[in-house]
Amino acid sequence: METYYDPHDLSDFASVGECAPELWKKFSEWYSSVFKEGALSEREKALIALAVAHAVQCPYCIDAFTKSSLEKGADMEQMTEAVHVASAIRGGASLVHGVQMKKIAEKIGL
Amino acid sequence: MAVRHRGHGMDDHGLKSFSQSLKESGLYPLTSRGVTTLQVNVGALCNQSCLHCHVDAGPRRGEVMPKRVMESCLRVVDECDIPVVDITGGAPEMNPDYRWFIEECVRLGSRVKTRTNLTVLVEDGFEDMPEFFARNRVEVIASLPYYTERTTDRMRGPGTFRASLDALKRLNRAGYGSGGNGLVLNLAYNPCGAYLPPSQASIERDFRRELEGRFGIRFTNLFTITNMPLGRFRDFLEGSGNMRSYMERLVGLFNPAAAANVMCRETLSVGWDGTLFDCDFNQMLGLVCAHGAPSHIDDLDRETLDCRTIVTGMHCYGCTAGAGSSCGGEVA
Repeated sequence: METYYDPHDLSDFASVGECAPELWKKFSEWYSSVFKEGALSEREKALIALAVAHAVQCPYCIDAFTKSSLEKGADMEQMTEAVHVASAIRGGASLVHGVQMKKIAEKIGL
Repeated sequence: MAVRHRGHGMDDHGLKSFSQSLKESGLYPLTSRGVTTLQVNVGALCNQSCLHCHVDAGPRRGEVMPKRVMESCLRVVDECDIPVVDITGGAPEMNPDYRWFIEECVRLGSRVKTRTNLTVLVEDGFEDMPEFFARNRVEVIASLPYYTERTTDRMRGPGTFRASLDALKRLNRAGYGSGGNGLVLNLAYNPCGAYLPPSQASIERDFRRELEGRFGIRFTNLFTITNMPLGRFRDFLEGSGNMRSYMERLVGLFNPAAAANVMCRETLSVGWDGTLFDCDFNQMLGLVCAHGAPSHIDDLDRETLDCRTIVTGMHCYGCTAGAGSSCGGEVA
């Protein structure tokens, strides 16, 4: 069955640098710096990335950061809560626009 | 009596051989740097059947080291002046001569370490073990895969987390983990699946925060130990279709600095029947000491063992991936 997503594509990520090698180099250096231990631990950063991966619904990121979160010492409970955080923000972002809906409806309504 | 050897080495899955990785790093052949630790596996009998166990230990295993083999070990420790004796199993406490062996090691002036699964310490007949350990100044290395009930019980069986906490509190009451009195309580962390452990420092911080904050439990240090593709863990890898990807990860993360410091370079492993191995993992594969080194404790030749060539295989990648892994945690 043909599909847009092939899990093996994740291992070929670096190939996007073939036609713009300098940009890829800058991206990958910045990317690896972002995830180093800093004010936040590597585990906390992996969980944030996992949550964002669910918010933007990137299957590559969900694959990579599920494994990364486990390898940084998170467990299923922490990871599930992170997904809920992403869901709450996405849900909340839709719901808060309902204030605008109410204002418009109240302006034009009797 | 159930006695098992699970074959002689493992399939390379078409990946680079461990010997080749050693050659490319200038470490071939891998040799001993002198035996400073005698690791004695006193048997595969255990009160648990943990999913990650490389020994395939459990309540139905019949291999129990007899006293005469322990006597041979003591003779070697004395005559060869080996400073450290590291006792493992199974659940070593379940060997009927375990306490006697520890007392004899202490009488010889050895530094004694013991592995424990913790839950055995709350079973009938073992409740006084923390005080026994403390009297003999034994370094206790306790397995605890995680600081939550859900993850620990998944790996070790229902009720094991609560029993482990109970045992840790008993060890704390006996003086372990409080610092300053020389009673060392180290924890051993294994990942709960087909992935590598986190950095030892970071997971130790998490464990310290959670165990002390939630339960008032203290410990000295935490060791991260990579799951070896052997025993029951290998069964899981093969059954779940994770074997190849796990091996690819281990091979891909081969670290020459870790390989240079693998524990087999300073440790000699003794099986329940006195057979000699380069490590506990080789023991589970039946890979006896070779390359001219003696294969039984009664034939021990210190000079030959101190400079022996170590028997290696694909499973060795488990000790050399990333920061490396050993019975004492990271090595690089």
